[in-house]
Amino acid sequence: MNDLISVVDWSRWQFALTAMYHWLFVPLTLGISVIVGIMETIYYRKRTARWLAITKFWMMLFGINFAVGVATGIILEFEFGTNWSNYSWFVGDIFGAPLAIEGLLAFFMESTFIAVMFFGWKKVSPGFHLAATWLTAIGASISALWILIANAWMQYPVGMAFDPAQMRNVMDNFWEVVLSPVAIHKFFHAVLSGWVLAGVFVIGVSCWFILRKRSVEMAVSSIKVGGWVALAGILGTLWTGDGSAVDVAKVQPMKLAAMEGLYNGGRDQGIIAFGILNPSKTPQNDEAEFLFSVKIPYGLSVLATHDIHGFVPGINDLVNGIAIDENGDTVKVDSYAERIEIGKRSHDALRAYDSAAALGNTAAMDSAKTVLMDNYKYFGYGYLESPYEAVPPVALTFYSFHIMVIFGGYLLVFIALILLLVYKYPALLNKKWILWLGMITIPIVWVCSEAGWITAEVGRQPWIIEGLMPTRAAISDISAGTVQTTFWLFAIVFTALLAAEIGIMLRAIDKGSKTDYENAKD
Amino acid sequence: MSPDQPPLKRQNLPVRIFRFYLDGFRSMTVGRYLWALILAKLFILFFVFKLLFFPDLLKRDYDNDADRAAAVRRALVDRSANASYTGNISITYNTLF
Repeated sequence: MNDLISVVDWSRWQFALTAMYHWLFVPLTLGISVIVGIMETIYYRKRTARWLAITKFWMMLFGINFAVGVATGIILEFEFGTNWSNYSWFVGDIFGAPLAIEGLLAFFMESTFIAVMFFGWKKVSPGFHLAATWLTAIGASISALWILIANAWMQYPVGMAFDPAQMRNVMDNFWEVVLSPVAIHKFFHAVLSGWVLAGVFVIGVSCWFILRKRSVEMAVSSIKVGGWVALAGILGTLWTGDGSAVDVAKVQPMKLAAMEGLYNGGRDQGIIAFGILNPSKTPQNDEAEFLFSVKIPYGLSVLATHDIHGFVPGINDLVNGIAIDENGDTVKVDSYAERIEIGKRSHDALRAYDSAAALGNTAAMDSAKTVLMDNYKYFGYGYLESPYEAVPPVALTFYSFHIMVIFGGYLLVFIALILLLVYKYPALLNKKWILWLGMITIPIVWVCSEAGWITAEVGRQPWIIEGLMPTRAAISDISAGTVQTTFWLFAIVFTALLAAEIGIMLRAIDKGSKTDYENAKD
Repeated sequence: MSPDQPPLKRQNLPVRIFRFYLDGFRSMTVGRYLWALILAKLFILFFVFKLLFFPDLLKRDYDNDADRAAAVRRALVDRSANASYTGNISITYNTLF
């Protein structure tokens, strides 16, 4: 229990809390802004009062979510400077530049175009208003792009060179950072999952309208738009998820092994469709990996290598230095024990550099820098005492990944079913169980979305920057008590915000369904 | 817009922008409550959390970038020498789950 209350643990819990609260708002903003854009486009083409009312209703819900969610992410930046100061300095402009671009872009786009969206209905032309709505949607996604580029760099650090004088990783190839395959897949995966979330939200709220027999025509029209956006989103999410899996297999194979609870890999690997991990299993013992499992034959080999016979390394393989390269071939790489040795060599060199710098001995500094750079790729491993410290929490990674996949599969079926009903069997949309299913699916899509982030972030532990810096080295020299205090303050404030959002939104839904659309006359 | 004000198109751009926002805020319904919420939130974030609990430690404690770099270098070197610093997060979580 002493370990759990360490400053590292509290800082990680705090970051997880704030990031997960932030992510409650973000995907809805990303997706519903697109849905509102489509609805307003239909209004622009048809010019009917009913589509105007539909657009305004969902725009209002977008506005509520935006207002409550805005600036919740800024707390993460506060935490970087206070709790994670070593990390903040170490990443330098690689992290700072994308966040600065995001901040500027978000401020200018959001303060101008959102104002036009909400204040400009009677003051600008319909075409200008429509453009502002779409620019808001595009701006939100571009904001997300820069954040996700920064996150992707932590998972796959490229395009930089370490400078021991500045003690920073300095970006030397902007495009390598921006166009990293991990960043591209992560961006589309996250943004398109926002489309799914918002589409399901629109469907669920519309189901409530139909259940209450209010604004049924509006609800059906909304389900059609939300359904198509959700379908496009889920198909795109599946496609980019496949790309992300291949990325993970190549650049974070330990994460993939943990996602599947795979301790000993091999060829023709099946994927776990459903399983219960054996809590007694560790990499060092011979116990069974699962108490119960259902496997899809060859599934993991196909997912990771796009080859049914492909080799997928397990946790023990990776610790012992067996991996797959960028072409998907099995290769022998440095074992984790060797990486720890190399990492410690880089630390010795940094120590020598520091001593030489204190004495102003430039020749010794250059010499130490050469040794440091030769061994820098495993710098982070030097902080580990055992190769098994590089294994992430298997159970949390495994279960969050499988919750995401199972719920994602359910969402695909649900969205397809809803679209089938709304177009082919509209009478069935009056069935209570279908309407309740639509409403119950709203929290499911949020759980699915959060589970994806838990997989991504817990699965890369113990690294804050893959291979270069473990979380324990990134932490500031602060007390656990300070972090505990702010953890609970955040928990209270964010819970109040969430309650406020839900309350305001429910009132707006109730009121809007009874007034705007019912009063709209074409 | 009040009847005694000139039409927007006859005013210069900054005034038009100002009045655009002013009229927008005045005509809000749900938005008034939301703006109160946003302002309260921003106050809590920037004037309570940021000022009282979240200083930028390196900026606060060191005068220039060279000193900050040296401080981070020493911190990272010290943690390498003392690997048990703050406990072992991986082992903690693996034990828990």
